[in-house]
Amino acid sequence: MSETMSEQTASFGGVQARAGGPINEARIAIRNLDFYYGSNRALKSINLDLPDKQVTGMIGPSGCGKSTLLRTLNRMYDLYPGQRATGEAMMDGENIIAPDVDLNALRAKIGMVFQKPTPFPMTIYDNIAFGVKLHERLSKSAMDERVEWSLTRAALWEEVKDRLNTSAMGLSGGQQQRLCIARTIAVRPEVILFDEPTSALDPISTLKVEELIDELKHDFTIAIVTHNMQQAARCADQVAFFYLGEMVEVDTAAKMFTAPQQRRTQEYITGRFG
Amino acid sequence: MSEEPEHLVKSFDADLKRLRGLLTQMGGILENQMALAAKAIMDLDGPAATAAVEEDPKVDALEREAEQFVIRMLALRQPVAGDLRQIVAALKITGELERIGDYAANVAKRSIVLAQFSMPYSLAGLAHMASLVQQHLKTIIDAIGESDADKAVEVWRSDQIVDDMYNAIFRELITYMMEDPRNITPCTHLLFIAKNLERIGDHETNIAEMVYYAVKGDVLPDARPKGNSAAYAVVRPKE
Repeated sequence: MSETMSEQTASFGGVQARAGGPINEARIAIRNLDFYYGSNRALKSINLDLPDKQVTGMIGPSGCGKSTLLRTLNRMYDLYPGQRATGEAMMDGENIIAPDVDLNALRAKIGMVFQKPTPFPMTIYDNIAFGVKLHERLSKSAMDERVEWSLTRAALWEEVKDRLNTSAMGLSGGQQQRLCIARTIAVRPEVILFDEPTSALDPISTLKVEELIDELKHDFTIAIVTHNMQQAARCADQVAFFYLGEMVEVDTAAKMFTAPQQRRTQEYITGRFG
Repeated sequence: MSEEPEHLVKSFDADLKRLRGLLTQMGGILENQMALAAKAIMDLDGPAATAAVEEDPKVDALEREAEQFVIRMLALRQPVAGDLRQIVAALKITGELERIGDYAANVAKRSIVLAQFSMPYSLAGLAHMASLVQQHLKTIIDAIGESDADKAVEVWRSDQIVDDMYNAIFRELITYMMEDPRNITPCTHLLFIAKNLERIGDHETNIAEMVYYAVKGDVLPDARPKGNSAAYAVVRPKE
């Protein structure tokens, strides 16, 4: 029987290998991060590494702080008075939540894709070019190339190449979301944050975005907040579970979905919460 | 895992309960079948043997039902973590239980053949082995029903004794056969019976490993020491 059991372990190991095997070195290292909405402490001493060129899935019930953490990483909260973060999120030797960080440069390095597709009311071409122009001066031909490159990477080029100068608002929901992904990668960030990127999409568009994430992780470090457990299982190399502002557990996706260590994780992912 | 809170979707708990019920139902039939088979050897009781053989199709039918049910649960519930382990373990356990049923039926069948021979030696060793295997079966079925990893470990550890008894019986039967060639036919049947009981012990151990994995999320710490050395025993007639 011991042979059979080791086969069993090996097959679980296989799943782990598919999900990327070992976890890479941290691209962003979050240490003792706290976040406050006014006096409300929404994140409590978070310690988490976002491994380089891998996908980190963040799961947890509504209000657990996972979206807050994502918003912290590209300083979205700076737009709102009364919101502040303390602690460290180290990237390239720099604490990205320190007050003196150049936000434009930071957001060019850390892109974000939101729950609802947010195309600008302009042409498909200009949607991509708009962000690039903020950071780089490109010739017309270089810009054409960049637009094609981004749309190709976002698996949208074939569908829109003949109507680049029509309004982006005419695209389907799934296409709009891939356009937003193209717009994000057009500025060639290092990290992409996805905040529930497929919750407004149909199943086929969802799978296309997931396939895209799988492709993009070869070049980018990715964090994805999702309410869809299966999505975290399918996309992520490592999964972090958040509850009431704390990070309860982080492990490889294979381990989290077969044998999580913490009771709260087990209860949440098996649907026993409450 | 029985102390866990309920699922938000109550019908999931009902499904898990039904799955466990199918396994314990199979276990109940097997316990009965084993008892009949043991009686069939000890008392050379023909009707008991027939009854044991007749239990087998019931076990097979339940195995198919449990298999179908597991496939349905995997498709519709998409279980993860403890639920996933429990359901996958159940699928494997039904296979093990079905094999135990086959061996028990085979033991019973051989007892019918044995009744035609005179056996001038005691079957006490075999009786003891059968009762041990029965006891382990009961414990492991309780372990399945109660998700009790400790009981599973208990069975896992004590299979060593069954293996030792098998080795002793193996040597004993070889001796009888060497003493008198007329013993060869009945002793060969007895040897197969002992081997079948030993195999039942192995399947109980397999189940123990699966119960442990389902409950703990981890495999049992070390490989169980293998005590069955009969495979290496050599018979050399005097020169």
